[in-house]
Amino acid sequence: MSNLVDVENLWVRFPTRTGLFDAVRGVSFSLGKERLGIVGESGSGKSMTGRALLRLIRKPGIVEADRMQILGHDVMSLPEKEMRKLRGRDISMVMQDPKYSLNPVMRVGEQIVETLSIHEKVDKKLARQKALEMLEAVVIRDPERVYDAYPHELSGGMGQRVMIAMMLIANPKILIADEPTSALDVSVQIQVLEIMDKLVRERGMGLIFISHDLRLVSNFCDRILIMYGGRIVEICESGKLDQATHPYTRGLLNSMPQLDHKNERLEVLNRDPAWRDQESVSGLL
Amino acid sequence: MKKALEILNLNVWFGEEPNRVDAVKSVSFAIKQGDSFGLVGESGSGKSTVLRAITGLVPNWSGDILVDQKQLGAKRDRAFYKTVQMVFQDPYASLHPRHTVDRVLSETLQLHGFGDIDTKIPKLLDDVGLSAAFRFRYPHQLSGGQRQRVAIARALAPEPEILLLDEPTSALDVSVQAEILNLLCDLRAEHNLTYVMVSHDLAVVGHMCDEVAVMQHGAVVEMMTVDKMRQQQADHPYSKHLLESSARYRA
Repeated sequence: MSNLVDVENLWVRFPTRTGLFDAVRGVSFSLGKERLGIVGESGSGKSMTGRALLRLIRKPGIVEADRMQILGHDVMSLPEKEMRKLRGRDISMVMQDPKYSLNPVMRVGEQIVETLSIHEKVDKKLARQKALEMLEAVVIRDPERVYDAYPHELSGGMGQRVMIAMMLIANPKILIADEPTSALDVSVQIQVLEIMDKLVRERGMGLIFISHDLRLVSNFCDRILIMYGGRIVEICESGKLDQATHPYTRGLLNSMPQLDHKNERLEVLNRDPAWRDQESVSGLL
Repeated sequence: MKKALEILNLNVWFGEEPNRVDAVKSVSFAIKQGDSFGLVGESGSGKSTVLRAITGLVPNWSGDILVDQKQLGAKRDRAFYKTVQMVFQDPYASLHPRHTVDRVLSETLQLHGFGDIDTKIPKLLDDVGLSAAFRFRYPHQLSGGQRQRVAIARALAPEPEILLLDEPTSALDVSVQAEILNLLCDLRAEHNLTYVMVSHDLAVVGHMCDEVAVMQHGAVVEMMTVDKMRQQQADHPYSKHLLESSARYRA
């Protein structure tokens, strides 16, 4: 099995007062040693797809799939104990906002070391050494100071880099990044993404990059799944974004204001109800 | 054309020595009536604080703020709020969760002494592209874009001349952002409004504004026209850096 991830016919459902709500509706894709983007607007099911993969959907949410495999492990049937081993060691996730995803009462360095010590027996000194190296790898200028800092003492960009360091220290083979830079300023965004991109490439990891920003994703991914209403409506090679044919993808591209030229009016997306009912496009390799 | 808004040597600070933080440092600019002016910069650069100082939401400031060539004092009076209104960044936080759209709008109208509220509200909703059916809804029954439309309707209620827009679309999806930006453009033309818009997204500011001030560490480092910005012609190293990262981001 050469694919890192295989997902076939994934459904995520939530019971509501008015019946079952389908957040993800029969999505299929696989991840090779590549950078895969998942793009869509709020409510398209992109984050739920990422979370389902790590089995982070809590009850009463319901996850169903014909097949969901990470590195050959069957995620659907794996006992929780095994699943916990898989998370962090083989596959890890960078969340959107460092403010809510780091433990506020624990020093940053200790949090990074914790990830490492859960998965392997490491000498304390060596662990600290590794954490410092990792902080350096994410281009933090003063790793010693940051190691002993609390999350509130860091800026957003630094916090996000700390999270990336934490997620990469156990050398996972797959990284899921869920809107890793949406909470950051444009100039910091690029910096953080380039660091992430470099590390992912150097380590030969697979990356799933979840974002609402089509252009950003096309810069950092090889293949892009475009999601709408819980389904994949189109799959694009990143260089061929301009050749996208689905009206939703075109609409997303055209509704963005451009810096280099002025459009008098921005194109407004007219959502066609038929998009919701179309078959999901398969992203299997 | 007369100046709608003029700011001279504005300073804003928080806290007292030795912990004093200067959030805005001698910022000056002027906007002609009917123009649209953009403030860009990173978080913490003081761009939103300038807007908050204009509306009187910060306690400590010095300098001169002139609206319609009239100097503002320490307190803002009702006439000021009839002239200047603000739209906030996050429509999820800026609408009272237990007030209906009707109550939000009628309260503003009452405060400014308008009669005939019953006919005014459907008109306001219509202006922002919402049907009258939205009138008795609560914020949680609205989508993000609809909420921001309500926030804009509230700002329009006193029939202001100047709108202060603090990142009005950064909490919204791109397709919804396009709708709101189009709406703001239409409203400016219809009501002859003057805009001051704060954003970290240069493309959004470029779409909406004629002139832009780039802020860093509380000071304006460069003023430029949008045409200059589109051609990537910045003089100050920081604005160059900002433009470059934006261009790379969009590439």
